[in-house]
Amino acid sequence: MAEFLPPKERTKLPRQVMPEQDPLIRAHNFEEVNLGLTKEQAILDAQRCLQCKKPTCMDGCPVEIKIIDFLELVVEEDFLGAARKIKEDNVLPAICGRVCPQETQCEAKCVLAKRFEPVSIGRLERFVADYEMSKGITSEIPRIDKKGKKVAVVGSGPAGLSCAGDLINMGYDVTVFEALHELGGVLVYGIPEFRLPKEIVRKEVNNLRNMGVEFKTNVVIGATYSIDELMKEEGYSAVFVAVGAGLPWFMNIPGESLAGVYSANEFLTRVNLMKAYKFPEYDSPVLDCKERRVAVFGGGNVAMDAVRTALRLGAKATIYYRRSEAEMPARDEEIHHAKDEGVKFEMLTTPIELLGDENERLHSMKCIRMELGEPDASGRRRPVPIENSEYIEPVDIAIVAIGNGSNPLISQTSPDIDTNKWGNINVDGDTMRTSKPGVFAGGDIVTGGATVILALGAGRQAARGIDEYLTDGSW
Amino acid sequence: MFEIVEARFLAQDIKLFKIYSPPIARKRKAGQFVIIRVTETGERIPLTIADSDPGQGTVTIIVQGIGKTTKELNTKAAGDTITDIVGPLGKPSHIEKFGTTVSIGGGVGTAIAYPTAVALKKAGNHVITINGARTKDMVILEDEMKAVSDEAFITTDDGSYGIHGFVTNKLQQLIDEGRQIDFVLAIGPIPMMQAVAEVTRPHGIYTVVSLNPIMVDGTGMCGGCRVQVDNKVQFACVDGPEFDAHKVNFRNLVNRNRVYHEYELKSLESYEHRCKLNKQADALKATSV
Repeated sequence: MAEFLPPKERTKLPRQVMPEQDPLIRAHNFEEVNLGLTKEQAILDAQRCLQCKKPTCMDGCPVEIKIIDFLELVVEEDFLGAARKIKEDNVLPAICGRVCPQETQCEAKCVLAKRFEPVSIGRLERFVADYEMSKGITSEIPRIDKKGKKVAVVGSGPAGLSCAGDLINMGYDVTVFEALHELGGVLVYGIPEFRLPKEIVRKEVNNLRNMGVEFKTNVVIGATYSIDELMKEEGYSAVFVAVGAGLPWFMNIPGESLAGVYSANEFLTRVNLMKAYKFPEYDSPVLDCKERRVAVFGGGNVAMDAVRTALRLGAKATIYYRRSEAEMPARDEEIHHAKDEGVKFEMLTTPIELLGDENERLHSMKCIRMELGEPDASGRRRPVPIENSEYIEPVDIAIVAIGNGSNPLISQTSPDIDTNKWGNINVDGDTMRTSKPGVFAGGDIVTGGATVILALGAGRQAARGIDEYLTDGSW
Repeated sequence: MFEIVEARFLAQDIKLFKIYSPPIARKRKAGQFVIIRVTETGERIPLTIADSDPGQGTVTIIVQGIGKTTKELNTKAAGDTITDIVGPLGKPSHIEKFGTTVSIGGGVGTAIAYPTAVALKKAGNHVITINGARTKDMVILEDEMKAVSDEAFITTDDGSYGIHGFVTNKLQQLIDEGRQIDFVLAIGPIPMMQAVAEVTRPHGIYTVVSLNPIMVDGTGMCGGCRVQVDNKVQFACVDGPEFDAHKVNFRNLVNRNRVYHEYELKSLESYEHRCKLNKQADALKATSV
């Protein structure tokens, strides 16, 4: 069994590079891009941890995983123990190890990051979670007295799953309601296979099922049942609303209703959830991207997912973003991956009109060049159009990836749940309580479009809030 | 899996299904729809609910076999299952006591016009219904429509039954006779709905149509079903499916609905090819025994 080296030796070890599929090969398939650290690499990278007396890495983690403890177990080659340690705080490590922006969270807070490179915390989380899965180990029904109270979780995305996992561990009976026919929310309809294999999501969901969580697909809360019906007729003592950011935003420019214009949500849902890349084996089609010019508008992770998906379907794929690369909200890793694969980037450019033929089929777009002006409310420099810089560019398919508003179904049917002017649900930041007694909310429906780990954190926080409420009963 | 409790043809290629789903049966209101998926590899398609029986826990849908999914569904019989049904989705029809109302159903659209006619009758309206079909054999729900109507008319394109002509001919005639009409609801093929809108527009009769754009999730998440109403983008799944007929951009609806036409043909072709092969294989098995 390995032991920690003296601290000086540890800092000499290089950060391990995760093997990945060759960019030119992966640009044509939907297999996962990152291949995961090897066992030897994992031990070497975990060796680099200085095991700080006062670790700062945990401060960067929204769910406060006991990072140095699990790294120590990796060094001791107790990978299953390491996985258990992570699961004390995060029920979905195989997912978070893949999609968390560690570079701005735990790894940014690693003391090594100041003079060297940080420990590969995210890659190690992924390694131990995958190791546990590969051994066929699944979670079991927690050995805890049942509380005899039912909690409904609305939405099976990251916030819903983490909340369900914590509540079942606390002894509650938990039912998760999902509107779509498959479980996982954005993890299955939004994030593509090459970044997060759906098999991983299925296994994590199955783990929760083995722990006793009940899942119901094809149920839309706000349509099939209202929240009041869940509480008054179906016997749920509390409800956690985690329905995500629902409604895609469009740019409000002429031509957005042309055939050939997609929201990123629709494009990704067709390909990921409905498996349109296997048409006609699967019934749902997506417009043929082969050799077509596909333009994706936006600079976030969803834009990267959409453009890299189009590329894999054979497109000549380009990102159009109105600011410069430095302001792009997408993770650096995603931007680099997209570039390596052959995605073109048109920075400081935005479409102002989409143009079509007599059958309203998109064929080109009018764009305008931008320059950066003074910083705006977000602190980023505001893009300002350059006069007389308009030009026309041919395009076959356009994908709008500029973010999502909030889904109106819950607020329409439960007007006693307070929302802000964007339709996001207002909650107490500590307890996650909404204005409606017994109802809690978290994830993108509260924050607007954010990250998987923030949603997971919100789910955990809500579980604590629900437990507190159901224990003492006061609101 | 959801069980089909009853299945029977109402006309050639038009089949009625009662599907077991108590929560939807209990909750649905006139004008709302469900999304179904027939098989594990199937697409999600929206179908307006024709009726429900909360006691029996069933939801009634009426389907015309045109594309791959509807043809495959129409091969199902009582006792078979479909993989998914979710709903009730969309806003219910706006029902009030208007006075005299005309519910117009074209083809299988009659199945959708029916529940709203029931609700309009319940609200105390004088209910006129006009059901259009291509020919006599394609007329559906004649008795049901008669039962809820104060006046019921049937038109056929070829004159083989009822009034010879289109639904708009009968509607125009009622208007020309000077009948007071306070509300028109038209559901059917897009050209029919557009034609009804043009008949009522000069008279300022409030007219509503139920739109059928292509959908994926049906809950507002994908935006694929966006339609232009009053020059604004609306999502048919959460803002509709019913809209003011005089404000709908029908041309855009037609063009957006056509976008997957060649894919739909390919999907149907590949399905029918598989069916043929299966039949041949069955025949071979039968002869070898």
